[in-house]
Order: sequence, then structure tokens, then C-alpha cells
Amino acid sequence: MRVLSLGRWLRAGRVPPREPASRPSGHRHSGHRPQGPPQELPQGPSQVPPQQKVSVEVLEHLEHLALVDFRDSEGVERLQKAIQFADQLHEVNTDGVEPMDSVLEDRCLYLREDDVTEGNCTKELLENARETVEEYFVAPPGNIPLVKLEGQKTFLQGSK
Amino acid sequence: MAAVLAMVARGCGGVWRRLRQRCAVRPGSGPFPRGERAVACNARGGMMSAGKSGLTPWIPVVGLEIHAQISSNSKLFSGSQVQFAAPPNSLVSFFDASLPGTLPVLNRRCVEAAVMTGLALNCHINKKSLFDRKHYFYADLPAGYQITQQRVPIAVNGSLSYSLCIDNKMSQMVTKTVRIKQIQLEQDSGKSLHDDARSQTLVDLNRAGVGLMELVMEPDMCCGEEAAAAVRELQLILQTLGSSQAVMAEGQLRVDANVSVHHPGEPYGVRTEVKNINSIRFLAKAVDYEIQRQIEELGNGGTISNETRAFDSKLGCTVPMRDKEGKQDYRFMPEPNLPPLILYDAKSLPANMNHQQVINIDWIRERLPDLPSVKREKLVEQYGILPEHSFTLLVWQQDQNCNSRHSNEDGLPEFFENVVKQTQMKPKKVIGWILNDLLSYLKQHSLTVKESPVSSFLLADLLNLLEKKEISSTAAKQVLAELWKGKGKTPLETVKEQKLELLQDQKELEQICQAVIDGQENEVMAIKAGNQKVLNKLIGLVQKKTQGRSNPVLVKQLLEKKLSE
Repeated sequence: MRVLSLGRWLRAGRVPPREPASRPSGHRHSGHRPQGPPQELPQGPSQVPPQQKVSVEVLEHLEHLALVDFRDSEGVERLQKAIQFADQLHEVNTDGVEPMDSVLEDRCLYLREDDVTEGNCTKELLENARETVEEYFVAPPGNIPLVKLEGQKTFLQGSK
Repeated sequence: MAAVLAMVARGCGGVWRRLRQRCAVRPGSGPFPRGERAVACNARGGMMSAGKSGLTPWIPVVGLEIHAQISSNSKLFSGSQVQFAAPPNSLVSFFDASLPGTLPVLNRRCVEAAVMTGLALNCHINKKSLFDRKHYFYADLPAGYQITQQRVPIAVNGSLSYSLCIDNKMSQMVTKTVRIKQIQLEQDSGKSLHDDARSQTLVDLNRAGVGLMELVMEPDMCCGEEAAAAVRELQLILQTLGSSQAVMAEGQLRVDANVSVHHPGEPYGVRTEVKNINSIRFLAKAVDYEIQRQIEELGNGGTISNETRAFDSKLGCTVPMRDKEGKQDYRFMPEPNLPPLILYDAKSLPANMNHQQVINIDWIRERLPDLPSVKREKLVEQYGILPEHSFTLLVWQQDQNCNSRHSNEDGLPEFFENVVKQTQMKPKKVIGWILNDLLSYLKQHSLTVKESPVSSFLLADLLNLLEKKEISSTAAKQVLAELWKGKGKTPLETVKEQKLELLQDQKELEQICQAVIDGQENEVMAIKAGNQKVLNKLIGLVQKKTQGRSNPVLVKQLLEKKLSE
């Protein structure tokens, strides 16, 4: 199975809540937010790839793509642990198994009739915007290139 | 509204904002496939030479990516209305604005439109297709991703056949084919209006979430003319199907061109993507300019970089678009909120499912209207007109569709058929009157066929007079001009009024001919000496004397007879 939504967990930027001790450790659903710090599953035969350090280039690339900020060593460490945690999936032998498209793949995709049922709520939508101009949302002119903070760059470079 | 009016909206449909190079990094689709091309360019008889130095010729390669807005009442995944030109942000639902807690719900009509289009383009329809998320950040994409079909699109491996004139006179048409790689359903983004003066962008989400069909063509074309012809035909097909109104001026059809050049036998060159093409005419210009630019650049020892360029219609050239972002990684992932889209056919139809929840490919195929190519063939077969005439009949109809925003109006082909039914004149001759005379009037006065003051009945009546030789063709044109004024007179009344009836009295005609001959000694001598062209002058003089009421063919015969006596 592909690992989904890893970034979402990281972006939350918080330590995931501890899960109740009675819960069996192997019981996980995909897409479900991990309930505790990475648990150690019984180590299978060495199919788990050796722990790799996340390079600075990859980190910068990720930060740029997802607009995440790993900020400090703790953040990067959490990322490392998350990758390690996810790598445990490699223990499962998936030879000859057709990958799932999603966990909904056996559900029926509902088809809606082509009727106009929504819209006309300009006022409500604009209420959420900090700044508007004559019923338009206001945004900066084009994408602003990501500016690297001095201290941060030094840190990341230092952690190589 | 003053502030908004004072602003400049750059580009068409916010195209300028695409800072990313889609083509360069889409996983699974790299640059053009290496190796032989399916179709070699021979529209103008061959490859483009490098110039006087006689170096190896260049083969241009052109591939198109087309986005066609689906003609539907509501959007692809939400129930807000699809409409061009509405107050900003008035056609936006909570889902379109990407407010938390909203989910996509697929619009049945959009799926049907994509299936129809796929069938019309000879595609294989995937009975199971999947939705994915394509991530990038931009102000007019509130969710931060676009729902598209990257892994398994709804239709693949089709073809589009189009016609092209070998020369400019429309006398020889050749049929070409371009392969369709795939058709996929995806969301449109909102519109960005750039206000440089205040250093801000205004965002209107009315268009966000509208259903699009992305058609990816293989790079089988070689010049602007081919690209333009292919897009015209596609436009006609989409309008015939009703799946999209495909009016480029309203952003319902957007075309991006991928252009590269290479020497024969060598691998494909680096390609550039050309955007901001707002009409079919500009498409041809943009493609041809880019081909030329690349040839010149490479000829001067330069290189082509894999970049996105915009077509500047005022200058007639392509310019690099601002691109500080470098290659983009879209981080495709399956759309977690949508199960696979399952389509059925007659064999696989499930027994106990709600009818409304089932889309039957065979049912749709049976109800496809006649495609333009079929219509053209039928006209040629039924009426014996030339293919290029049949082509013009339908092409003009298409222009009308674009201008009047009502697709598939009964028009020129039907008018032609009605005239044919009501006259004895052969269709081959009728078509001349339709395409040369009627059409030029309509164009001159910017009228649709429906608005024509001359009905098919009137025209048929006039042509009957001509066919019965009661008037000459010159006279007929005069009558048509009068009829066009729409004063309610019949052709016969007009003929009588203007005394345009052909002289039926043979004797009178002979007398006039004789009089002319007698009065033009020099010309007579010239003709007898062998200069036949002078005869036309005599015919002209007879016409003048008879006030255009003589049959020129008959006059010529009489004169020749008399001169040979």
C-alpha cells in the first residue's frame, strides 16, 4: 500500500497524542492518524531498508513543495522517525498483490444529476477573506519565491 | 467597479499565471518519444530547409494539449452553476472555495460528455478510471491541488482525422490523422486578474471547479497549418456532440502547443511549450513562429531550453514566460475521497442498480449524432458536390456557432439542401450560388443564415428562372442583389420591373449582332486575322445594346456564325 498523507501529519507540527496502552500495537488503518510515537513492530527479516539520513536537498525540496517548515533539529528528527516508521511496511510481502487504488475502491462512486443547487453565497465566502476588493479575493502578485531564513539555512547545512 | 475596470486582465483565462512547466516533469510522460514519427509532414511538400547554405533540413514536430470546457449546467464536483461572465465569486460553492468539510460529488453529465467525446475520437473507453490530486500552489487554486485523472484516464488511444488544403486555392484536400493519447476529466481553476499597479492579484473563483476535458495529442503534426486544421475539426466535433461549445474566445477551448525541431534520422529535439494562444489563427502563427525561431537559434549554434513561452499576438512572436520556480513536482496522489469511476456496457450492465447511477457506453454510442466527417461525406454522396465545397459549408457553420453561441443551429447545409429540393438546377450549380453569392452577402452584412432576407424558397425560385433560361446569370445576380434588400418582391416581379428577361426573339438578337459587327470594322478584321479575344469585346457590345438581356453563349454563337460567313 502506498503511504498517504505523511506530510499532513508532519505539517500538524505537534507530537501525536499517546494512544491508550491497551490497544494492540499492530492494529492500524491507512489514513488514520498514528496515535502514538512510532511504535516498534516486531522486526521481520531484514526487509526494512537501513536508516537513511534525509539530505538537505530533499528537505529543502519538501519545504518548497509543501510549504512546510521543519524549523529545527527536532522537526527533522521527527521526519526521520516517521520515515523509519513507514519503512516497516516493507516487511509485508506484496509480490503478486495488486495495489489498491484507495480504501474506497469497492464502493460505488455516486453520480450527481446536472442541476444547479449551490452558489450565490458571495457574501459568506468573502467574510473569510482578510482583504477583498469589490467582491474579488486579494492575493499577492504571483507566487513569492521562498525566502530562506539565515539561521535556518545554517542549521540545515550544519546537520549534514 | 471603477477599480476593476482600471485593471488589466492579462492573457486569456488567466493563462499567464502558469509559472510551472507542466510538460517537463509530469511523471510517466517525458519528452517526445524517441524514434520514428507516425506521420511525416508533407502539407507543403516536405521538410523545412535550413536555408541557402543547403544544410540538412529540419523536421518540425508539433504536439497539442487541449483543454475543452464541458458544456454542463453545474460544475464537475459541485452544484454551482457554470456560466461565462457573472458577478465575481457568485457561482462558487463551499467546495469550490475549498472550505474545510466539503467533499467532491461527481457530475454525471460531465462523465457522459467525456465518454461521447472519447467515442467520437475513436478512443478506447476505460471502464474503470481513477481520480488523482495534482498539487501546486496558486491563488486561483484554493485547495492547493487540482483533481484530475493522471494514472488511468477515462479514454485513451484515439485518433482525429482532419482535412487540409494542399494549396491555397482550396482545390485539393488531403486527409490527415493525429493520434489522441488520452482524454481525462479534470477541474478548472479560478481566474486571476493581475493588478501590477497595486502589486496584487484579484481572484474570481466562478470558474474554479468547472469540468474540463483534457485532450492530449501525440506529436504527429509538423506545422501551424496542420495544428490549426486539427483544432478546427476538433472544435466542430465537440460542437456537434454538444459536449463542449469550444469557443476559444470565451476560454472554452484552450490550446497549448509543444514544438521542437530535429534533423531527419536524429532523435527529437528539446521542446518548448507555447501558451496564451487565443484563436485558431494565432495558433498557426505561434507554432510557425516557434518553429522558425528554433531553427534559427540552432542554426546559429545556440540551444533550445525546455521552457514555457507565451505567444504575444501583437508582436506575432513567442516570449519566455517568467519562470523562477524551476521544475515542478506535482506530487500526484490518488484522490482519497473518490472511488474509481466504473462505466458499463450492454454486456456488463448490472441487473439491480439504480438506472441513474449507471453509465452505459453502448447506449451513448448509439445516440451519437452524425460527426462532421460523416455529414460531409453524405453531402458529397447525395448531391455530387466537391469535398472542398462540403467542407466550406460546414466550416462556415462552425464560425457561426462560435459567434452566435448557439451550437448546432440549422444553417448553411440545411439551407443548401432546401434550395436543392425546390429547384431543378443541379446541386453542383446550386452550391456555387450558395458559397459564392449567398455566403458573401451573409458575411458582408454579418448575418446568420436564419437572418437571411433571402429564404431558400426565394433563391430556389430565382435559380429556376435561370435554369429555364428566362434570365442570364448576370441578370440573376442583379435580381439577387434586389432580393437582398428584403422588400418582399418575388424574383419574377423583380425581373419584370428591371426588364431583365432574356431576349427570346432570335431575329431581334441577330439584327443587333449584325449591327454591332457592322459598326466595328477594326475588331472584325482582327478577329478574322485570328485574334479570337476581340470577340469578347463584340459580345460585350451586344450585351450593352440589349441591356444585359442577351444570353452570352447564344450571342457568341451568332457572332461566330456571322463572322465566318
